[in-house]
Amino acid sequence: MSNTVTAGDRPGRTSRSGRGGVPSASGIALRQARRRKKLEWIAVHSVGLAIAVAFLLPFVFLFLTSVMSDSQALTSTLWPQHWVWSNYTAVFRVHGFGTWWRNTIEYAVLGTVLTVVSSVPVAYALAKFRFPGRRLAMMLVISMMMLPPQVIIIPMYLFWAKQLHLDGTLWPLIIPMAFGDAFSIFLLRQFLLTIPKEYLDAARVDGCGEVRTLLRVVLPMARPAISAVALFQFFYCWNDYFGPQIYSSDNPAAWTLSYGLQSFHGAHQTNWNLTMAATLLVMAPVIVVFFFAQKAFIEGVTLTGVKG
Amino acid sequence: MRTPRAAAPPALRRKRRRELATTAGFLSPWLIGFAVFFAYPLIATVYFSFTHYDGFNAPTPVGLKNYVYVLTEYPFFWQAVRNTVWLVVAMVALRTVFGIGIGMLITKIKSGAGFFRTAFYLPYLAPPVAATIGFAFLLNPGTGPVDHILGRLGLPQPGWFTDPSWSKPSLVLLSLWGIGDLMVIFMAALLDVPAEQYEAASLDGANWWHRWRYVTYPNISPIIMFAVVTGVIQTLQYYTQAIIAGQVASGIAGNAGQQFEPGYPNGSTWTVPQLVYNIGFQRFDYGSACVVSLLLFVVAMGCTALLMRRRSGLMAED
Repeated sequence: MSNTVTAGDRPGRTSRSGRGGVPSASGIALRQARRRKKLEWIAVHSVGLAIAVAFLLPFVFLFLTSVMSDSQALTSTLWPQHWVWSNYTAVFRVHGFGTWWRNTIEYAVLGTVLTVVSSVPVAYALAKFRFPGRRLAMMLVISMMMLPPQVIIIPMYLFWAKQLHLDGTLWPLIIPMAFGDAFSIFLLRQFLLTIPKEYLDAARVDGCGEVRTLLRVVLPMARPAISAVALFQFFYCWNDYFGPQIYSSDNPAAWTLSYGLQSFHGAHQTNWNLTMAATLLVMAPVIVVFFFAQKAFIEGVTLTGVKG
Repeated sequence: MRTPRAAAPPALRRKRRRELATTAGFLSPWLIGFAVFFAYPLIATVYFSFTHYDGFNAPTPVGLKNYVYVLTEYPFFWQAVRNTVWLVVAMVALRTVFGIGIGMLITKIKSGAGFFRTAFYLPYLAPPVAATIGFAFLLNPGTGPVDHILGRLGLPQPGWFTDPSWSKPSLVLLSLWGIGDLMVIFMAALLDVPAEQYEAASLDGANWWHRWRYVTYPNISPIIMFAVVTGVIQTLQYYTQAIIAGQVASGIAGNAGQQFEPGYPNGSTWTVPQLVYNIGFQRFDYGSACVVSLLLFVVAMGCTALLMRRRSGLMAED
């Protein structure tokens, strides 16, 4: 066998059959082992396939319903009689749908940019500077990360609505992201810990200040973590329901897709086809982004807490 | 900055002060964020919980009245607590077991690993509102494809989101569909288990149970601990899916102006975070809403403390 252990290898099995090479005595054992491996392959792949189908089937059903006619969508048939592609254009003609897109993109893009810009320096300081209270600061970051948003929502709402009169907009959700996001800080710090000190020292010896070191040395090395943070934050904003519900539910002009979709369903109770088309359209960007940035995303998930 | 260490030469002291200023500069976004979006609202929540406040008239102190109201008079409190505990136990347990199972499966899959990984991961990405509406449709008695197929196969067709005893299991099913995050975490952990340990166990004639008990489990137990504690904290916040499922199943939009019967059906989908919304933003009793907030805070921070004390790697220095 080889010296590289790939994802699927079960070293226990392979080493027993692979080593040695005494033909006759271990020949039967070898064949048995091969057969067992083959059976295991079949078992693993059929279970996997069954689960994969179960996981993907909901998307297929949603799609099939989204191209049914109004009347067929109310029946329990599975396959569309006529493919009504115009459902997708009909959705865009629904009042507000375009506005929700604009609002969501604005929220997600601004939120992501602000989060990254404000969180990187904080994470860098927490990972690489020695200062009194460093451990305490880290504990507070984790506490903020774990805080359910409902805990502080009453004073926050009163602050934005009664003091600053920004209710009915998305600014109460966007502005805080300019002041560091705890989860992003945490994830970036976990990554920055892995950058060897020597790189930073070398930069300092060359006369770089901390800001230059961060921009020239750390940022290029931290690109995977920064992409992961950006993706997470983008998805968070895209999916957020509680925030828009609190701050913008009274003003449909400031609704996001996640909030609007729910009202869309309410207004089109009997049009499951249109609701499913809208639902798939809300899912689509997230899934497209994921396919382009799959690697960064998976690396990010792994980073979140499991460097033991 | 007069400290007993003033004996240090002035140049060194200056350097130290400059370093501290740089640190403060780098930390400044978060320092402001911490004060304005964490410390202040927490203190204010404690304060409001002892006052009567409707958002129009100035808050007036009422002592423990809000606490008494929430714990003894407010009709939905204990039901929501029971539902949340139910969801925490069921979701965290099943998601952890399923996550480990899927993680193990994916590490054993050799052909088409990319396809399987994507298939298992994709549902996790579906925005919660969209995923919940989609699920509610799939299971919807009468029109839903899943309901239809169950009927064709002669299997029981429960009322899913419209039946009080099935609504929470349906939410658990939805959460298992979104297993992607745990799958990735467990997959990474399982791949980190040293291969020699499996080899050694195999030479000792270990069966699958021994391999799990003496090799896999000890190696990934910190990750299991992490998954369980973060799972508890996440499920304590369970909000969007529960509220959307209730709305879709009840057939009421729940927009501004429309009164939505919360916790549909029959209060079975009430969760604690929804109480904050109901008391604060539908009944305009901010003081009592803060009582629920504080309860949530205490439980969430208890779990967080557990997470930081254990060797979970969260507080790792290097």
